[in-house]
Amino acid sequence: MTAAVLPGTAHNGLARGRVELLQFIRDRTAVIFTFAFPAMLLLLFGTIFGDSYEDTGVSVSQVYTASMIAYGILSTGFITMGSGLAMDREDGTLKRLHGTPITATAYLLGKLILVLVLSVAEVTLLILVGVLVYDMPLPDASHWVVFGWLFLLSVIACTLCGIAVSALVKRARTAGAILNVPLVALQFISGVFIHPITQLPSWLITVASLFPVKWMSQGFRYVFLPDEMKVYEAAGQWELGRIALVLGAWCVIGLALCLVTFRWTEKDR
Amino acid sequence: MDVIEVRGLRKTYRGHDAVRGIDLSVPRGEVFALLGPNGAGKTTTVEILEGHRKRSGGEARVLGEDPGTAGRDWRARIGVVLQDADDAADLTVTEMVRHMAGFYPDPRPVAEVIDLVGLTEKSKARIRTLSGGQRRRVDVALGIVGRPELLFLDEPTTGFDPAARRQFWDLIRALATEGTTILLTTHYLEEAEALADRLAVLSGGVIVAEGTPATLGGRGAAGAKVSWRHEGVQHTEQVADPTELIRKLVAEDADLTTLTVTRPTLEDTYLTLIGDHR
Ligand SMILES: Nc1ncnc2c1ncn2[C@@H]1O[C@H](COP(=O)(O)OP(=O)(O)O)[C@@H](O)[C@H]1O
Ligand SMILES: [Mg+2]
Repeated sequence: MTAAVLPGTAHNGLARGRVELLQFIRDRTAVIFTFAFPAMLLLLFGTIFGDSYEDTGVSVSQVYTASMIAYGILSTGFITMGSGLAMDREDGTLKRLHGTPITATAYLLGKLILVLVLSVAEVTLLILVGVLVYDMPLPDASHWVVFGWLFLLSVIACTLCGIAVSALVKRARTAGAILNVPLVALQFISGVFIHPITQLPSWLITVASLFPVKWMSQGFRYVFLPDEMKVYEAAGQWELGRIALVLGAWCVIGLALCLVTFRWTEKDR
Repeated sequence: MDVIEVRGLRKTYRGHDAVRGIDLSVPRGEVFALLGPNGAGKTTTVEILEGHRKRSGGEARVLGEDPGTAGRDWRARIGVVLQDADDAADLTVTEMVRHMAGFYPDPRPVAEVIDLVGLTEKSKARIRTLSGGQRRRVDVALGIVGRPELLFLDEPTTGFDPAARRQFWDLIRALATEGTTILLTTHYLEEAEALADRLAVLSGGVIVAEGTPATLGGRGAAGAKVSWRHEGVQHTEQVADPTELIRKLVAEDADLTTLTVTRPTLEDTYLTLIGDHR
């Protein structure tokens, strides 16, 4: 046998990330839909609901900017992953990789790199729209620290849940339809499209509080809005500790679901 | 120990028996062909040996390990060309070969592999833009880039034009000369005949015959059919060895202008074999 050693998971994961990005960029429709859609929604909402929140001087469009960042991460992580895995299972990507010495962790690391890069680009675009179109002021350093961990926890939780949900997707063609059901429902009850969230019946707020989206959008509102806006939150507080806790828990739940559901090939085989 | 050892292998899909107890042994360095019509169970068998599908019963050892549980080191020693895949459409040939090469401890040089499968001119083309046969050659390149000890090829030449097929055959012979063990499935008889040291005919999930291309299904012992026409009468005789008969006919001064000596072709043998078991 040769003395050469097998390339490790980190090396292979980075190589996968590079190739995932290359393929994504070359698929123009995916680029346009993934990026332009949240930005377009933001422009539409900002234009339709142009008022301010009473005496605070904060415009509805600024609130939407903060909430849309949560949406951007959610759609990038959840949909890119969920449909991406279904696609990879269908076109033979996963099967081909499974015939090589690559590990599942390296494959998923590649996906995570893709989602991270896409999310950074997406969030940058949304912040730019907020600042340039809606005069949203940029926050100070301490808020950016919160932004940092919030962003990472959000990306990881959404990505892991996307991987887990892809196990339910039988055909890549139906992935969009299946994945958008929980996605859209959660946005309506989580204060992304409808804010203040306190307009909703309290049982619905309780349901929303079980899922990550409510906490993500609340967190991003903390980052980008002035402190007095906290009165419009469900608890009248920003609840940073609880946000970290719930998102952290979803990372763990997502990871566990992934480990249980990830399959190189369709079941039945 | 043989590179592939299979005893009583079975696979059932929801009550349908696709593979019904087959035995195989492939020693190191051999080119072994699994020949059979569509639906015979070739892909099922090969994918179980590659570790892609779970077997329902029987024993399987590939490079000394159970393919159902073998790990990364084992995968570094095999090469897999699947029956169909249409992944990586947006990458170029070079990008994809280089990417896959990176997973192996001692890969072949990328340009060399692309040259071996005859795709040098297309190396910068996106895989999406290739013809079916060219796409297939990329699959072959990806199967051999890791210098496998054992190469699986599931209907590798589907969609090849005759020239590409000849070139592919040369490549397989070169790999075999280097000592690579090869398990190939095909439904092209001439491919099995040209490449295989030994072959097995699979039909309805069972092996109905096994041997070398020359002896398969009793072909070697089947003898020859000698026909000739003498004074307006057609004569046909089935003999083990035609030499004696022809010598006798010459001695008798028979009219031999229409003399023919025929042996069953591999195709005749094959069709008889799968026909009997349909
Ligand atoms: N994943 C599967 N689920 C159910 N039936 C299958 C599956 N794969 C193959 N079969 C069936 O098993 C039989 C053998 O198929 P296969 O191994 O693909 O044959 P071949 O490769 O020789 O054409 C066929 O009847 C096929 O329909
Ligand atoms: Mg097949």
